[in-house]
Amino acid sequence: MEVSKVNFDKELDARGLSCPLPILKTKKALNDMASGQVLKVTATDKGSIKDMQAFASQTGNPLLSSVEENQTYIFFLQRK
Amino acid sequence: METQAEMTAILATDGALDRAINERIDVLLEKRLEAKLAEIKAAKTPSMTIIATKGTLDWAYPPFILASTAAALGWDVSIFFTFYGLELLKKDLRKLKVSPLGNPAMPMKMPMGPRWFKSIRWNIPNAVQSLIPAYEAFATKMMKRTIKKTGVAEIGDLRSLCIEAGVNLIACQMTVDLFGYKHQEFIPEIKEFCGAATFLPMAKDADVSLFI
Repeated sequence: MEVSKVNFDKELDARGLSCPLPILKTKKALNDMASGQVLKVTATDKGSIKDMQAFASQTGNPLLSSVEENQTYIFFLQRK
Repeated sequence: METQAEMTAILATDGALDRAINERIDVLLEKRLEAKLAEIKAAKTPSMTIIATKGTLDWAYPPFILASTAAALGWDVSIFFTFYGLELLKKDLRKLKVSPLGNPAMPMKMPMGPRWFKSIRWNIPNAVQSLIPAYEAFATKMMKRTIKKTGVAEIGDLRSLCIEAGVNLIACQMTVDLFGYKHQEFIPEIKEFCGAATFLPMAKDADVSLFI
């Protein structure tokens, strides 16, 4: 899926944060969203690629897309 | 009245019937049991219990990182703080220090200056380390600076995130008595002060149990 094609309802800037902050902030952001809404997360933590996948599968919030752009990682998560 | 032959025939049929029923039950039971177990597993909230025993700035990280992350994954988490781990429940966390003395694995690098300077690994012998006044305070200051620079969370923030996410913080009463602490020194969010007998049944039922 191309980044530009994903519509999102909320954005979270987790750049510059280390493990486990991107995950914790993602969880918090999702808590305030309605079911079906999409959250865009931007992170620079290299571990976040794997961690975000694990977070999505553990919590059941689908990870719609995960892309790397110049050492920045962009994730689109849908609130279950 | 049934004859001997008729009785034998009935018994033989019953035996065959019993065997058939038993075989059928075995097949059904196995199928149902598997489905039921999968259902129970899917419905169960995973849980984790941690015993936190260390009270230095570096060792403060593992329990709070694991607890906050597990809570974010939707797990039930409890941490039992005992011995030096109780330091992590004090109101004032500024006293947490890190000591490079006797810790050969700790990379001693400067968080400031030009790149070549920052990449130097300072191998200071233990004997020398122990003679430098306020060496621990200096090392702690350097580590805190590195923590800030690398975007690693501060311990106080991680602890707050744990509390916010509903992590159960449990303090060992025996240690409080042993070290002569007062309950007022600790954060009010502590769920209870108790002993091993309260913690162990929680650990027994937990999916993950760690000693840190």
